[in-house]
Amino acid sequence: MKIETLMKQGILIVRLKGEFDIESTNDFKKSIDNALNTNETKDILLNLQEVSFIDSSGLGVILGRYKNINLLGGQIVISNINPKIKKVLELSGFEQIMQIAETEEEALALFN
Amino acid sequence: MDNNKDRQDIVKNKAIMSLLSVNENVVLARIAAASFAARLDLTVTDIDEVKVAISEAITNAIIHGYQGKAFKDETNEENLVEFTMILYEDRIEYVIKDFGIGIDDIEQVRKNKAVKGADRMGLGFVFMESFMDKLEIKSKLYEGTEVILTKNIKKMSQTED
Repeated sequence: MKIETLMKQGILIVRLKGEFDIESTNDFKKSIDNALNTNETKDILLNLQEVSFIDSSGLGVILGRYKNINLLGGQIVISNINPKIKKVLELSGFEQIMQIAETEEEALALFN
Repeated sequence: MDNNKDRQDIVKNKAIMSLLSVNENVVLARIAAASFAARLDLTVTDIDEVKVAISEAITNAIIHGYQGKAFKDETNEENLVEFTMILYEDRIEYVIKDFGIGIDDIEQVRKNKAVKGADRMGLGFVFMESFMDKLEIKSKLYEGTEVILTKNIKKMSQTED
């Protein structure tokens, strides 16, 4: 899985591309934690547009970041859930826990 | 009736993989599973769901069954996940077998109550149950776990024999 990070309006935008399973969990954790430290932000926008596959390992590590960020007083918003991963996200109950937006623009507007 | 039953239990194709307990083999197994199902009358969504279920079962074998270890501590013996795919007239069976620590209380695990470590959701069996037509789990403590995932398929159009 490819992980692209950039800053916009003080928010860390993370764009993922490829298959998100157990093999990518460590890379994901490291990239996010490094980017949060380097950019001194607590807010993440996670764009899943190009994620072609996700299982409970991928969801678990996103949930882990969500918990950490919450403790720090930050916010995480997920955007661009594509049809290939929609059902997995629905079943996981993520939509009840996290803020979800259709697009990055909509997601940016949800940050306090 | 008997004749019908026999026919449904005729093996039409079979593939067996023996996978070292490493994370890289999760993708290998799910691609094989998708490929095994690809020529049948299943939708793209069906195949995507099979991939999730297989991914969960193989990940469980590696992470829980073998505790994330490719080799046994004492003997340095390989920890292998046995992955068997069997095509019958009316269904595909995927059998995922490890010889690891086993599950103490299968019902607890199935109900998503047992495993909730850091960064893990305990959703594996929920996905397996939701995305497949049947889920069977057999396990013995310190002997291993066998998970059988079944996906029903529509009768294939074929010439009568």
